[in-house]
Amino acid sequence: MASTDHTAHRGGAWGWITSTDHKKIGILYGVSAIMFFLVGGVEALLIRTQLALPNGDVLSADAYNQLFTMHATTMVFLVVMPAAAAFTNYFLPILLGARDVAFPRLNALSYWIFFFGGMFLTISFFVGGAPDGGWFGYAPLSTQVSEVVRMDYWALGLLILGLASVLSAVNFITTVFTMRAPGMTLMRMPVFAWMAFVVAFLLLFSLPIVTVGLFQVFLDRNLGTLFFQAAGGGDPVLWQHLFWLFGHPEVYVLILPAMGIVSEVLPVFSRKPLFGRSFVIFSGIAIGFMGFGVWAHHMFTSGLGPVAEAAFALTTMFIAVPTGVKIFNWLGTIWGGSIRFKTPMLFSLGFIAMFVIGGLSGVTHSIVPADTQQHDTYYVVAHFHYVLFGGAIFGLFAGVYYWWPKITGRLLHEGWGKLHFWTMLIGFNLTFAPMHILGLAGMPRRTYRYPKGLGFEFWNFVATVGSYLIAVSILVFLWNWWRSRRHGEVAGNDPWDGRTLEWTIPSPPPHYNFATVPTVHSEDSFWHDKYREDEAGIAVPVAAAPTTLDTAAEEDIHMPSPSYYPALSGFGMFIALIGFVYLPVGLVAVAAGLMVTMWGLFGWAMEPLTREPHE
Amino acid sequence: MEKSRLRLSLLAASIVALAVSACSSDDPTDLGSIVEGDFPQNSLNPAGPQARQIDDLFWLVFWIAVAVFVFVMVALLVALVRYRHREGSDRQVRQVHGNTKLEILWTIIPVVILAVIAVPTVATIFDLREEPLPEENALMVEVIGHQWWWEFRYPEYGFSTANEMHIPTDRPVYLSMTSVDVIHSFWVPQLNGKRDVVPGRTTHLTLQADEPGVYLGQCAEFCGLAHADMRHRVFAHEEADFQQWAIDQAEPAVIPTEGLAAEGWETFQVICSACHAIDGTSASSQLAPNLTHFASRTSFGGATFANNEEHLREWLRNPPGMKPMDPDRNDLAAGRILGMPDFGLTEEQIDGLIALLETLK
Amino acid sequence: MSAVTHTDPAEHGAHPPLPHVRKVAMWAFLGSECLFFGTLISTFLLYRNRTGDGPTAAEIFDIPFTSISSFILLMSSLTMVLAHYASERKDWRRMRVWLLATALLGMTFLAGQVFEFTEFVHEGLTVTTSPFGSAFFVMTSFHGAHVAVGVILLLATAFMSFGGKLRADGGMNVELVALYWHFVDIVWIVIFTVVYLLQV
Repeated sequence: MASTDHTAHRGGAWGWITSTDHKKIGILYGVSAIMFFLVGGVEALLIRTQLALPNGDVLSADAYNQLFTMHATTMVFLVVMPAAAAFTNYFLPILLGARDVAFPRLNALSYWIFFFGGMFLTISFFVGGAPDGGWFGYAPLSTQVSEVVRMDYWALGLLILGLASVLSAVNFITTVFTMRAPGMTLMRMPVFAWMAFVVAFLLLFSLPIVTVGLFQVFLDRNLGTLFFQAAGGGDPVLWQHLFWLFGHPEVYVLILPAMGIVSEVLPVFSRKPLFGRSFVIFSGIAIGFMGFGVWAHHMFTSGLGPVAEAAFALTTMFIAVPTGVKIFNWLGTIWGGSIRFKTPMLFSLGFIAMFVIGGLSGVTHSIVPADTQQHDTYYVVAHFHYVLFGGAIFGLFAGVYYWWPKITGRLLHEGWGKLHFWTMLIGFNLTFAPMHILGLAGMPRRTYRYPKGLGFEFWNFVATVGSYLIAVSILVFLWNWWRSRRHGEVAGNDPWDGRTLEWTIPSPPPHYNFATVPTVHSEDSFWHDKYREDEAGIAVPVAAAPTTLDTAAEEDIHMPSPSYYPALSGFGMFIALIGFVYLPVGLVAVAAGLMVTMWGLFGWAMEPLTREPHE
Repeated sequence: MEKSRLRLSLLAASIVALAVSACSSDDPTDLGSIVEGDFPQNSLNPAGPQARQIDDLFWLVFWIAVAVFVFVMVALLVALVRYRHREGSDRQVRQVHGNTKLEILWTIIPVVILAVIAVPTVATIFDLREEPLPEENALMVEVIGHQWWWEFRYPEYGFSTANEMHIPTDRPVYLSMTSVDVIHSFWVPQLNGKRDVVPGRTTHLTLQADEPGVYLGQCAEFCGLAHADMRHRVFAHEEADFQQWAIDQAEPAVIPTEGLAAEGWETFQVICSACHAIDGTSASSQLAPNLTHFASRTSFGGATFANNEEHLREWLRNPPGMKPMDPDRNDLAAGRILGMPDFGLTEEQIDGLIALLETLK
Repeated sequence: MSAVTHTDPAEHGAHPPLPHVRKVAMWAFLGSECLFFGTLISTFLLYRNRTGDGPTAAEIFDIPFTSISSFILLMSSLTMVLAHYASERKDWRRMRVWLLATALLGMTFLAGQVFEFTEFVHEGLTVTTSPFGSAFFVMTSFHGAHVAVGVILLLATAFMSFGGKLRADGGMNVELVALYWHFVDIVWIVIFTVVYLLQV
C-alpha cells in the first residue's frame, strides 16, 4: 500500500491552491463566502443609505441598479450557496463516516470554478459597470443594448457558477451513494447530510434548465438569435419560465441546508433526539419534489391565464404543508428537553421564529389576487429576506457557531456570540419588518428613489437604521472570530455533548478524518455510544464511555495527493470567459483560456491516482 | 472625551442640516401637492370594486396567518421557558423520538386551513380575469409601455396622451396593454393589482373607480435605468366631466403664428418633432410622448415632475440631469429611444419652447 | 453496547471500488443532461411554427438524408456495445477496432450535420432568420457538440488502452464512455422523432 503523501496536508498558499482535502476546500468555500458576504453587505448598506431619505441622491440611478443587481447575485450565488457548500464539503464526508468525497480533485475543480466565477462577476464593477438588469435578468431588458457588456458578465458568470454547482452536485450524490461507512444506512444519515443530498439533486436537475436559458440570452445578445426578441417573433416570457423553473428549486437550495443545520443543533442543545426524524427527512424530500411544481407563482402578473394561476396557487399553498411539518417537529424536539441557550441554539431558535414569518408571508403570495398587489413591491423584498436572511443566514450562523470548534479547535466566545445574535435579530427586524408596510403601501422594489408625499419616508429611515445595526452585528462576529484565534477556549473533541460522528474525532480533525473507519449501528450513533435509554426513556450515561480519540498509524492511510490542475483548469475558464465578453476581439483570450483549461484537464487525466481502487 | 463630544455634535448638526435641506429645497418630485393622506398609493385603501375584492381576500388570509404565527410563537416561548436548563436541577429528559398521531394531526390541520383559503382564492382569480360584459359599457384604453413613460390611447375618441389617464367613474375601464421595448407592469394600487406589459403580447386589466379623484401608480417591473421615474396618474371624473375632457383632448392643437410661442414652434420643428407629435401639425412622430395637450397635464417626465415653468426650464436645460436616461444609445431609425438628450438649447430657445408648450392646453 | 465499533481498515477501506463510484457519477451527470436537452427540445417545440419570413420546417428538412445520418449514429451504438463487450473479455485489440469504428461513425454523423447546416444556410435559414432557426440551430449544435466530445473520448480511450491504463481500471473507462455515447444517441433519436418526423 502506498504511504501517506505528506504534502496533502501542508500549509501555505500553494498548499491551499493544490489541496484536494474536502476540509480545506470547505474552509476555502467558507472564507470566500464571508468575503463575498462583506461585499454584498456593503452593497446593501449603500442601497439603504440611498433610500434613507426621499429623493435620495447618494447614488445615481445607474449605480443603484448595479448595486441591487449585484447585491442579490452576490448573496444568492456567492454567499449562501458557497456557505452551504462549505458545510457540506467539510461535514458531509465526516457525518457519513468517510475520509473524503468521492472525487477529491473534482471537488477542488468545483471550488476553483466557483472562485473564479465570483471574481469574474465582481471585477465587472471595475471594467465599465456591473450587471444592472436585476438578478433574474428578465428578457428583453437583459438582451437589450448589446453594446453594453454588463449583462454578458451576468449571463456568463451565472453559467460558470452553475457548472461548478452541477459538478459538486454530482460529487455529493456519488459520495452519499458510495462512501457511507459500514452500517450508515440512508435512514441513519444525519438530517444535515440528508438535506445536502436533496440539495444536490435540486441543483442537478434545475441548473441545466437555466443553463439553456442563459445560453439563449448570451446568443441573443451576441449572435442575434431571436429567442426573446418579440419583434422577431420570440417570446420574452419563455425566459421567465426557464429562469423560475430553476429559480424556485434554487430557493430550496438556499434554505434546505439551513434547515438541516437547525435539525442538528436543536437536539444537541435540547438533549433530546430530533422529534419525528423520518418525517423531517421526508418533508425535506417532499419540498424538493414540489419545488419543481410551483415556479409560476413568480409570474402571477405576467398573464398566464386563470387556469394556470389557480393551479400554481394550489401547489404553492400545498408546499407550505411539509414546511409546516418541519416547524412543528422542531417545536416537538425542544418540547420537554433541557434547553441550553448557547449561541448556536439562539440562532436556530431565531431561524424558527423568522422563518415562520417568511413562510406565512409566502402563503399570502399564493393568494393570486393579493399577489398581484404584492408582486415586485417591498412586501416581496421583506418576504424573501425573512426566508433567506432570517432563514438561511441565521441557520448558517447557527452552523458557524456550532461547528467552529470542530473546524478550528477553539470555541467562539459565548458573550460576543450572544451580542452578535441579539444585534442581528433586532437589526434584521428593524430593516425588514417595515418593508412589509412599505410594499403594501405601494412602494415597488428596484426603485432608486421615491418621491415625498407617498408616506414612504418614515419606514425607509427605520429600515436604514436597522441595516446599520446588522452591519454592527457583523463587526461583532468578525471580532469574535479574530479573538478566538488566540483567546478562544480550547474545544476538545466534543464540546457540546454531540450526537453525530464529527464529535468522535479530534478538533480540528486529522486530514484522514477517521483513523479507523467507524461502523454505525444506529442514528445519532455517538450519542448512543455515550448514553443508553432506561425503561422510562431517560438517558443514562454508559459506565465506560468509549475513548473518542483514535490514533491509528497514519502511514497506513493513503489520501488523494494534491494537484494544481483543478485550479489551473478553473483559471483557464476565467480567461476564456473574459474573452467571451469582448467578442470578437476576445476570441484570442477564449482560445488561450480554453488551451489552459485543456492543459489542466489533460494533466489531470494523466496524473497518477495515489489512491488505488479497492479490489 | 472632548473630541468624541465634538464629533457627536458634528454628526448631529450634519443630520439636521441634511433633514432641513431635504425639506426646504424645491423638490420637483414631491407628490404632496397632488395627493393627501398618509399612504396615497396604498394597496390596502381600495377605491374600486376590483381592488376591494383583493383587499377583502388579503385580510382574510392575513388574520389566519396572524393566528398561526401567534400559536407557533406562544408554543415556542412556552417551551423555551418551561424546558430551559436550570443549573442544579436534575430534571430527567425523556428521550421521545416522535409521535405518528401528532404528525398526522399537524399535517392535516394546515391542509384544512389552506383548503379554506383556496376556495375564495380560486373564485376570485376567475372573477378578476373576466372581461367586462358589453352591457357594462366599459371604456377601452390601450396602454403602451415605453422606457420610461406610458402612452394611453383612446381608440373610441382617436387621441392619445402620456402618463396621465382619465377615466369615468361607475363604469369599468378595460385596458389592453403592450410594450414597445422591455417588460413593464401597470399598477394603480387603489384600483386593481398590477399586470405585466409585455412586448409581443397583449395583456388586459380592468380598472374601476368609485369616486372622482386622482389615483397614483407606477411601473412595477424593473425596466432599466429610470424605472423609478416611470410613474402614472389616473384621474377619475363624473361621466359628464370625462366626456368633456375627451372632447377637449380630441381637438387638434392651434399653433400661434407670432410671439415667443411661434419662435418656440420653429425650434420644435427643427429639434423636437423628430420624436414628439403635436396633432394638427406636421409633427407626427410617435416615438416620444404626444404633446398636443401638454399644458392640460399636471406632470411630465413619466409623471415624475410637477408640470410648471420652473421644472420645464430645468428639464429643457438638461433632461438626463433631471431624470436618468441613456439617450446616447438612441437609434431613431430603429425606433429605439432611451430618453431625451441634452440638445444644448439656448435660453432663448427654451423660453420659446416653454411659451409654445403653455399654449398646448 | 457500543454503537460505534472500529473495524479493520483493510476490511472497510477508505474508498469503495472506483468503477462503481464513477458509474454512479456518470448516471447522475446524465440525469442532469436529460433536463438540459429537455429544455432545448421544449424551446424548439415552442418555436417550431414561428418561422417569420424564413423557410418552414416542412420546406427545409430533407428527411431521407437525415434518416441515413440517424441510422449511422444508431449503428454506432451497436459498435459501441461490441467495444464494451470486447473490453469485458479483455480483448484489447478488438476493443480498439470497435472503438475506432464507433468514432468513425460519429464523425460521419457530424459531417452529415455540417453538410445539413450549410444546405440550410444556402436555403435562407440561419440563427437570426426566425425563432425557429434560432431554436433549431442551437439545439442541434449542442447535440453535435456532445457527439464531438464523445468522439474525443472514444479516441482518447482507444489511445490510452495502449498505455495499459485501461487495464488497471478493469475496462471501466469503456463502460463510462459507452454510457455517455448511448445517451447522446438516445437524445438524437428523440430529436429526430420530435423535430424531423412529427411535423404537426
